[in-house]
Amino acid sequence: MADAARSNLPPLALHVPEPKYRPGDTVDFSDVEVPPAGSARRPDTAEDARNFTDLVYTMVRVLDDENRAVGPWDPKLSPDTLRRMLRHMATVRAFDERMFRAQRQGKTSFYMKSMGEEAVAVPQAYALDADDMCFPSYRQQGLLIARGCPMVDMMNQIYSNRGDKLQGKQLPIMYSEKRFGFFSISGNLATQYPQAVGWAMASASRGDTRIAATWCGEGSTAEGDFHSALTFATVYRAPVIFNVVNNQWAISSFSGFAGAEATTFAARAVGYGIAGLRVDGNDALAVYAATLWAAERARTNAGPTLIEHFTYRAEGHSTSDDPTQYRSAGEPTAWPLGDPIRRLKDHLITLGEWSEERQAAMDKDVADEVKAAQKEAEKNGILGHGLLQSLDTLFDGVFEEMPWHLREQRAQMLAEETESGRPWDRKK
Amino acid sequence: MNMIQAINSAMDVMMARDPGVIVMGEDVGYFGGVFRATAGLQAKYGKTRVFDTPITEIGIIGVSIGMGAYGLRPVPEIQFADYIYPALDQLVSEAARLRYRSDGEFTAPITVRSPFGGGIFGGQTHSQSPEGIFTHVSGLKTVIPSTPYDAKGLLIAAIEDNDPTIFFEPKRIYNGPFNGNWDAPAANWSKHPAGEVPTGYYKIPLGKAAVVRSGEAVTMLAYGTMVHVCLQVVADTGIDAEIIDLRTLVPLDIEAIEESVKKTGRCLIVHEATRTGGFGAELSALVQERCFYHLEAPVERVTGFDTPYPHSLEWAYFPGPVRIGMALKKILKD
Repeated sequence: MADAARSNLPPLALHVPEPKYRPGDTVDFSDVEVPPAGSARRPDTAEDARNFTDLVYTMVRVLDDENRAVGPWDPKLSPDTLRRMLRHMATVRAFDERMFRAQRQGKTSFYMKSMGEEAVAVPQAYALDADDMCFPSYRQQGLLIARGCPMVDMMNQIYSNRGDKLQGKQLPIMYSEKRFGFFSISGNLATQYPQAVGWAMASASRGDTRIAATWCGEGSTAEGDFHSALTFATVYRAPVIFNVVNNQWAISSFSGFAGAEATTFAARAVGYGIAGLRVDGNDALAVYAATLWAAERARTNAGPTLIEHFTYRAEGHSTSDDPTQYRSAGEPTAWPLGDPIRRLKDHLITLGEWSEERQAAMDKDVADEVKAAQKEAEKNGILGHGLLQSLDTLFDGVFEEMPWHLREQRAQMLAEETESGRPWDRKK
Repeated sequence: MNMIQAINSAMDVMMARDPGVIVMGEDVGYFGGVFRATAGLQAKYGKTRVFDTPITEIGIIGVSIGMGAYGLRPVPEIQFADYIYPALDQLVSEAARLRYRSDGEFTAPITVRSPFGGGIFGGQTHSQSPEGIFTHVSGLKTVIPSTPYDAKGLLIAAIEDNDPTIFFEPKRIYNGPFNGNWDAPAANWSKHPAGEVPTGYYKIPLGKAAVVRSGEAVTMLAYGTMVHVCLQVVADTGIDAEIIDLRTLVPLDIEAIEESVKKTGRCLIVHEATRTGGFGAELSALVQERCFYHLEAPVERVTGFDTPYPHSLEWAYFPGPVRIGMALKKILKD
């Protein structure tokens, strides 16, 4: 406590951030600054990072209010590419919808949707080369979908079933897909950030041409790993793209608890001398263009880029979360940047390359595809029907070769299982 | 060679053999490391294979994991083992589990070198022995050499190993064996047989202990600096002890331990780390589980105390010959 001699000083006050709206509040997002599409300049990818710090405080936007692509960031993609991108985004949403329901039906333990954020991962997969290495967080399944990972394989993982190549060792959605350049997902936040930098540094040190990209949420920019990664990346000019998916919510904590009241997340790049871009994360074309720009920068040894994707998590954090308990139900629909799938669809319609009928047909098509994949995956079993892994796989992969103490523990476990009178399958 | 030179030689040999071996850490490049363990490597192998890093242990280990996932074999240095704690999450949650969680799609074949242990007036932040933290983690290997010859052979094995390895270097015996008395200087490895180190490639398999002295009266289990202190105690007391240098804690050479304890019927465990929950507790439990009917006295532990490492009183903390001698007398009483 302050002593009496200093009592004429004004008392200090602790600021604790508070989101603007709580359950029951009427939402008004009119104070969210959304600059006009096309207004952000596009520097040369070789430009010194210090010359465009203005871009970390504005927002790269391509799609305008009339659904036209405007400005210097317009990537001028062909209608075919746009349609494929749209389909992949719709697939992610349909996939999420089914797997969410599967969890509610008790078919698996856990799921995380990326509803409202489909324009982050999917267009980025298009902007990166297929063999660039991705170090994702848990809401970038769009990378896998867009890179052609069979949905059955993804569902097998979610169901921890006999077809799960991870043998049920990982929480659902914690995929590992080396063949699609998709690093094993960790539940510990932002740990993938320095790992991506290491991969990128290794690629550079070997004279490779591949680059790395990594993703985290705005909440986990508070982790030490984030800052260590940026330090390493700037020091060694690592060919890496840092993506901060600012979806406004880290479980129930709004972005203010990661520092959003004071500055933007793209501005984190400035202090490190890293190129930073702030992008309309619900604008597939802007996300694509920014990623392509950052990839070119990385690939030409011009260094790393940090992209803040300004978006909104329209659903709960996971199946274990109930967002109605901490935020206004009106937020997702009031979000000023709109729905990313609808915006891309409307853009294609504006171009005369798409129609509501074709969209409806595609949505049905995609839903059927997802449904068929689910049926296929469920042939391998579901987590809700008990444990499907061969028991002795539990000890595989702790080390390359199994040491004595694990062999002993495995033998003990198998003996215990025999003793139980309800033995599981043994490994073939 | 002294142990630093042997460690340097191991990295030299491995860098020459495998272009994927990368050495990184604070001050390891041009300067060659604060203990000189990486001296000359940058000049020989270039700045892209031997380089200084920012002062961020999370970064050093996280980046190493990414490099390992790419296909390189990073040998990161943490300047003092006391500074490994900021990197703990990357080691425990990431490196240790990467193989398991990805079913072998990704691995972290990294070897984390770090000087550890006290006896150099390093205070709380340059003296700790954190091996017990790592032996508790599934998926990490923990290696601690006690001689230059072992240090080189074990480090080569660790670098070649496809699993993440913590390689703790007992800095008190970097320059020579040490008898455990605070007023005795470290001896010189050049006058010691274990200081004879071949310049070329050889390795000592992980998981194999060494019987450094055969005896019948009691088995002493030790590693690192403590091996030398135990040898001194045996020389001073004339007790016919068998001294086993564990060399690797995970994987542990349980056969060597069992064989010896069953022969002697008594067991003293010696380590410098704090006592409670230390690796000695694990050793004690294993001996009790496997050799109980052969034991003629309770298993004893001699360890550091459960306090932070004190600066001015470090020799009261250090498990020296007197503490070990008292424990031996107690074990041999019956």
